[in-house]
Amino acid sequence: MDLARTEVAPGKRPNRGGAARLGFIALPVAFFGLFFAYPVAAIVARGLKADGDWRFGRIVEVAAQSDIRHVLWFTTWQAVASTALTLLVALPGAYVFARFDFPGRQLLRAVVTVPFVLPTVVVGSAFLALVGRGGLLDELWGVRLDTTVWAILLAHVFFNYAVVVRTVGGLWAQLDPRQEEAARVLGASRWAAWRTVTLPALGPAVAAAALMVFLFTFTSFGVVQILGGPTFSTLEVEIYRQTSEIFDLPTAAVLTMIQFGAVGAILAVHAWTVRRRETALRLVDASGTARRPRGAGQWALLAGVLGCVAVLILLPLAVLVQRSLDAPDFGYYRALTREDGGTFLVPPIHAIGNSLTYAVAATAIAVLIGGLAAAALTRRDAGRFVRGFDALLMLPLGVSAVTVGFGFLIALDEPPLDLRSSWILVPLAQALVGVPFVVRTMLPVLRAVDARLREAAAVLGASPWRAWREVDLPMVRRALLVAAGFAFAVSLGEFGATVFIARPDSPTLPVAVARLLGRPGELNYGQAMALSTILMLVCAVALLVLERLRTDRTGEF
Amino acid sequence: MGNTKKFTAVVVGIGLVTLSACGSSDSGDTGDSKTVTLVSHDSWAVSKNVLKDFEKKSGYTVRVLKDGDAGQAVNKAILTKDNPQGDVFFGVDNTLLSRALDNGLFQSYEAKGADRVVPEYLADPDKHRVTPVDTGDICVNYDKAYFSEHGLTPPESLDDLVRPEYKNLLVTENASTSSPGLGFLLGTVARYGEDGWEGYWEKLQDNGVKVVDGWEQAYNEEFSGSAGGREAGGDRPLVVSYASSPPAEVVFADPKPKTAPTGVADGTCFRQVEYAGLLSNARNAEGGKALIDFLLTQEFQEDMPLNMFVHPVREDAQLPEEFVKYGPQAEDPQTMDPAEIAAGRDQWVKSWTSLVLK
Repeated sequence: MDLARTEVAPGKRPNRGGAARLGFIALPVAFFGLFFAYPVAAIVARGLKADGDWRFGRIVEVAAQSDIRHVLWFTTWQAVASTALTLLVALPGAYVFARFDFPGRQLLRAVVTVPFVLPTVVVGSAFLALVGRGGLLDELWGVRLDTTVWAILLAHVFFNYAVVVRTVGGLWAQLDPRQEEAARVLGASRWAAWRTVTLPALGPAVAAAALMVFLFTFTSFGVVQILGGPTFSTLEVEIYRQTSEIFDLPTAAVLTMIQFGAVGAILAVHAWTVRRRETALRLVDASGTARRPRGAGQWALLAGVLGCVAVLILLPLAVLVQRSLDAPDFGYYRALTREDGGTFLVPPIHAIGNSLTYAVAATAIAVLIGGLAAAALTRRDAGRFVRGFDALLMLPLGVSAVTVGFGFLIALDEPPLDLRSSWILVPLAQALVGVPFVVRTMLPVLRAVDARLREAAAVLGASPWRAWREVDLPMVRRALLVAAGFAFAVSLGEFGATVFIARPDSPTLPVAVARLLGRPGELNYGQAMALSTILMLVCAVALLVLERLRTDRTGEF
Repeated sequence: MGNTKKFTAVVVGIGLVTLSACGSSDSGDTGDSKTVTLVSHDSWAVSKNVLKDFEKKSGYTVRVLKDGDAGQAVNKAILTKDNPQGDVFFGVDNTLLSRALDNGLFQSYEAKGADRVVPEYLADPDKHRVTPVDTGDICVNYDKAYFSEHGLTPPESLDDLVRPEYKNLLVTENASTSSPGLGFLLGTVARYGEDGWEGYWEKLQDNGVKVVDGWEQAYNEEFSGSAGGREAGGDRPLVVSYASSPPAEVVFADPKPKTAPTGVADGTCFRQVEYAGLLSNARNAEGGKALIDFLLTQEFQEDMPLNMFVHPVREDAQLPEEFVKYGPQAEDPQTMDPAEIAAGRDQWVKSWTSLVLK
């Protein structure tokens, strides 16, 4: 991903480097072992073990049930359909954001990323306000899409648009347009030039983006739960139902293992495409490749993409804001400070403070763990073990948050690790989803630091710590801030695991939104919309700040 | 460089503080014997003065953890039973009781006042692991205005619901995820038996029954008779809800109507009993016992109806006027022994799911 830099030839490195790397990797390994592998293993074991015996026969039994096969089938096909639809809608967007210069581009780039860091409950409620009973479409044309698969697919496009725009568009902006021009000078048609020059260069990025979208939609939870009604169920939703509502732990355990296998396979393919992307491409500075659109065709394309963004992304967000303002004099916002709502032990407004506190702690953990892991993974000549670790760090993105949440409850309940009623549990769970983002942001930048600078510093007598501080840190500081910002935003939005472990007296914003949505009454609904709007604004501000900080645009997120 | 140093120090500092916080168990559990913790579901409610009164008399401070809906709260309590989050759990009903008892959630304690409880509500008579606290009937509610406008008689029994004049009128809840949904299913099993209930549901389906995930959605969005449903444009005049829903429509209306806008189809009811129990590994067992006693006091039992919209279990508890007027208990509700529910529940829900949802 450090495409713009020259490769550093792996020189002979002193043994000390190996030891340092082992040191770097020890903390992330311990962290993931303790707060991910152990709780997940504990809850799966709880399901598969009866009277001290393992019951692996259950796996076959469960997989043979027709309703479980139905869930598997739906999970897969809706993910395929969502991914295809997202690519269809977002690839033109990626092109426009990469190659066209137009006023408000940066702002819009940040805005289309907002849905990605919004919690799925908020996305679900935004779409419910748009396509549900009494929603905008219902009022205008009497069209209701809730409890249909269309609502789910559209919400998935809304959610993942930014993944494609950022992954593919980031690379597209750095491809040298002169290569395509050269092909055309040599007589190739516009289409042939694009097909033979640009498409192969973009291929791996498109594949990587598609796989990430597939991963996120394959494991979709909140969107399907809120918009799907009782008939649609993904593996993730089914794991939740089996664990939390039906209390069939064996079935939940088997489903968790199936999902684990599927996600592992997706990540393995993803790691492979990422590596292919690191093959040499001729890249240029992104700032020089975008220009004003020319000709009717290009203007039409720009207009089409902006229209799509307006309908698919801005409209749901706007409906959310409008709903939150439905009561006179900001009534829903003012109601957030009242204590007598009955839903919580505290006024809902406290959720903002809770969320921010948790997110700051989660960010600190994610940056520390992710930073160390990235540092350990930096070396190009890293062995198989380290490369495998790279993919492992992504696993929390694809493993059921419900499993992690319940795992925390039953695994981390004994001294010296009796964290169950400690506030730190929530940031720990949130950091699990933040770390992959930190690693993916830091890795390309760290890899781009010329190792010879470090060696020079060492030769001149600097300690490794001092060499790091004087050489690496100044170069990665900006990336560190970007990583921290992203970890912060995803921590704010994390819902699945938090909902299980957040204490009733200190709910986070997404948890508060979900609880308010689950209560009857206009006022509760309005408050949910108001809280969602606040959360959306916080995320948007964080992302705008990131846009200003970001220098390297080839990162995935 | 000064800035860089400061930055490094901050990052490292935050990291260390966070990690050290992981090590020490900064427990919110108050182990002191003066606090007693009640774990319950979201519907738990009590008048402030009644709770204050208990705290003053007993010397305990009550901490309440509301943990999701009834089913979730029970499941979470079972998962954490070795190291429970509180001392007393309130809110397991007869449909889930066996799950709680089989998993060893509760320890024995016979509450003071148990002798005043209507005998048929007592469960687990040998070991006294649970104490009944309230009952409620799950019944089909109807929208009075709809039926008078259309000159239709509201249905009275389960049999009526499959008649052609009530086609496309009923909305119910998912039996696998909602406790009224499960109660309604159990009612049909109790009424039509192991061999007949599936046939009945097939007829219900042919008659256009609609299934939604939860009670909120069914009652407040789909049902045309509730305040919320009217606002949301609900178009189903029949809904599976509680016998106490009509008084709730009166109590929460402003201005209060002369009569409840909804009624209950008396022959469709299934009786739910809700229990409380002392958690097996309660830290403050003494406080927990006092709290369970409190749940059976006349003061609490009479406070309960207008807070949680349920009926008391004490024979001598007086009902509020709204309940006597609009929310009488069903004459002859369907019931089922917890043991029978335990034996059949999972299979019934499974068959129901593939019959109705797939």
